Amino acid sequence: MQRRDFLHLAGLGGGAIFSASLAGCASAGRPQDNFYFVQLSDTHWGFQGAPNPDARGTLPKAVAAVNALPRQPDFIVFTGDLTHTTDDPAERRRRMAEFKQVVSELKVKTVRFMPGEHDASLDRGAAFKEMFGDTWYRFDHKGVHFIALDNVSDRGTTLGAEQLAWMQAELARLDPDAPLVVLAHRPLFPLVPKWDWHTRDGDQALALLMPHRNVTVFYGHIHQEHHQMTGHIAHHSARSLMFPLPAPGAADKPVALPWDPAAPYRGLGWREVDVDGGKAERIEHGVNAA
Amino acid sequence: MKRRHLLLLGATAGAGLTAARAQAPREIEITAQRFHFTPNVIPLKAGEPVVLLIRSLDFAHGFFVPDLNLRTDLMPGRVVRLALTPKEPGELAFLCDNFCGDGHEGMDGHFQVT
Repeated sequence: MQRRDFLHLAGLGGGAIFSASLAGCASAGRPQDNFYFVQLSDTHWGFQGAPNPDARGTLPKAVAAVNALPRQPDFIVFTGDLTHTTDDPAERRRRMAEFKQVVSELKVKTVRFMPGEHDASLDRGAAFKEMFGDTWYRFDHKGVHFIALDNVSDRGTTLGAEQLAWMQAELARLDPDAPLVVLAHRPLFPLVPKWDWHTRDGDQALALLMPHRNVTVFYGHIHQEHHQMTGHIAHHSARSLMFPLPAPGAADKPVALPWDPAAPYRGLGWREVDVDGGKAERIEHGVNAA
Repeated sequence: MKRRHLLLLGATAGAGLTAARAQAPREIEITAQRFHFTPNVIPLKAGEPVVLLIRSLDFAHGFFVPDLNLRTDLMPGRVVRLALTPKEPGELAFLCDNFCGDGHEGMDGHFQVT
């Protein structure tokens, strides 16, 4: 039985399945091994406020839910804003250390961390690098290429010339038909510029990706699911594990939506990405109160 | 050149300066400070050229007007001059687009163009 079939039979454990091509796993003519990974995002460890009265309990609930998956993912990625911002460098490091302690409970030990602007913008990534390592990098997994971008350490939300040159060089080494997953914190396309929901030089990154025929982007930042195509490139944002934000452009400001006691944890969640032959399936999970 | 011609040229130049001064764009001072702009609602008239004099008191904020694709960095201690002429009535949003801390997401304002 395929894992996907099992998930359908098992009722997903609260998740919902969405299929999309991960562009080209089959069309490239080289079948990859099936695998899945988990994306968690915008955990904002250290946040305190009315939008989440269970601020210290939500991430542990997600960790427990991931640990309870019947088959464990090959790896887990956190797409930024691991911690909530603070002006105090010592407090920033304390929050990062505490965050690491919480996620060390994950059974899967291959965990990829990425920064968000809350982690990295005020000190240009210094604390993040000390605690988690590089802010941009590439890795391969079972025939799928992954490239993690940093569009937050520059407080002006640019990737910058150095990273773009690195990205160009890395992409030049890849088969343009090979499946490629791009991970980022902020949207690479101008989703809502008046809310600063964009990457200032994201158009240059997308131009570099265009020759690659099988590209899928997973990102965070906007604290909700959103799905958009730019040309043949699919972009999927993830929910937060701290507070949801309004739908793109639907409010004056992108400020946290209020906690709903009648539906606690509404709008929060995480996802599995199941790479199975020619398709990637997103399996979206909410956070359960239990 | 005869003295009479010099005087005529001088008078013309003087009149030009006076006219230019009369037509000088209105200047509007804006202050940026974590996490707000002052003022943050600015009335403008469509077709009227204005010059924004923007200064930051505390941080390298950004000033971004998405609909005009106009932006600048605001270095503390320096006044940045930005000229703009709104074309038509409506609301033009502006915001800080350099992440400046816990409250950055609410650091914005708009021009109310009539």
